Amino acid sequence: MKMQYFIQGGDFSAGGRASTEVKSIIKQFNISPEKIRRIAIALYEAEMNVVAHAFKGKMDVDLRPDHIRVVFIDEGPGIEDIDKAMEEGFSTASDEVRQMGFGAGMGLPNIKRNCDEMLLSSVPGKGTRLEIKVLF
Amino acid sequence: MEKNLKFFIKELGLECKAGEELLNRVPKGAYVSDLLSDVIGKAQEDMIWITTQAHRNIIAVASLKELSAIIVVNDRKVDDDVLESADSEGVVVLSTKEAAFETAGKLYCILYDIDT
Ligand SMILES: Nc1ncnc2c1ncn2[C@@H]1O[C@H](COP(=O)(O)OP(=O)(O)OP(=O)(O)O)[C@@H](O)[C@H]1O
Ligand SMILES: [Mg+2]
Repeated sequence: MKMQYFIQGGDFSAGGRASTEVKSIIKQFNISPEKIRRIAIALYEAEMNVVAHAFKGKMDVDLRPDHIRVVFIDEGPGIEDIDKAMEEGFSTASDEVRQMGFGAGMGLPNIKRNCDEMLLSSVPGKGTRLEIKVLF
Repeated sequence: MEKNLKFFIKELGLECKAGEELLNRVPKGAYVSDLLSDVIGKAQEDMIWITTQAHRNIIAVASLKELSAIIVVNDRKVDDDVLESADSEGVVVLSTKEAAFETAGKLYCILYDIDT
């Protein structure tokens, strides 16, 4: 089963909508609550990174009997140093975004902790691609 | 007596803003933070979350982590549309005039039976 969602950069009031929708869809399948929780957390963090850091993006969901694979592709500033971005506490979030409680630099580490495979790549100045896979 | 949310509301003088029908929940511990990803990473299921944040993303975080309730401190106003989304997501939102330190201190004493 495949689904696609559009994510608008900077739109914090809609932020989280796509991942919330996917969560309610996968709940209808025979997937353990623990897996659903992990998937929902990883997708929320990834979606909010597009909202907080990029201009716009899309999320492609591929749901299979034994795994879920979700790919986020955005147009935005991209990431100069992937290793650094993966460090707990590293954040380039603006003051405005920080005031809302984003910018702990915990999002990417949270994604890593909650999925089985994570692939992050980026072309600075163009955009970012993040692939998340969770096995059932 | 079982210390459910109703009990904490009475003891701490909290106001229930959303999730009125879910106050039989029995919280297990609490976490204080204004950083959403910190809460996602560190808070555990059934905890109370004490924060000054009052915008709609706190509802998504509480729902994701299946937290017992959010206590919004410092009399921060929570907008009606945020409360509506809390109601539909099954998130309890409580409010207090006090600051995070006082709220956490009192909650700690009650949770762990410490006399003050
Ligand atoms: N989609 C993206 N586009 C551009 N930069 C990104 C993207 N995702 C992450 N980054 C970069 O990686 C850094 C770390 O991301 P991470 O999600 O760990 O923390 P954060 O988003 O800054 O804060 P938090 O997620 O804790 O609210 C970001 O501050 C940003 O510099
Ligand atoms: Mg992030």
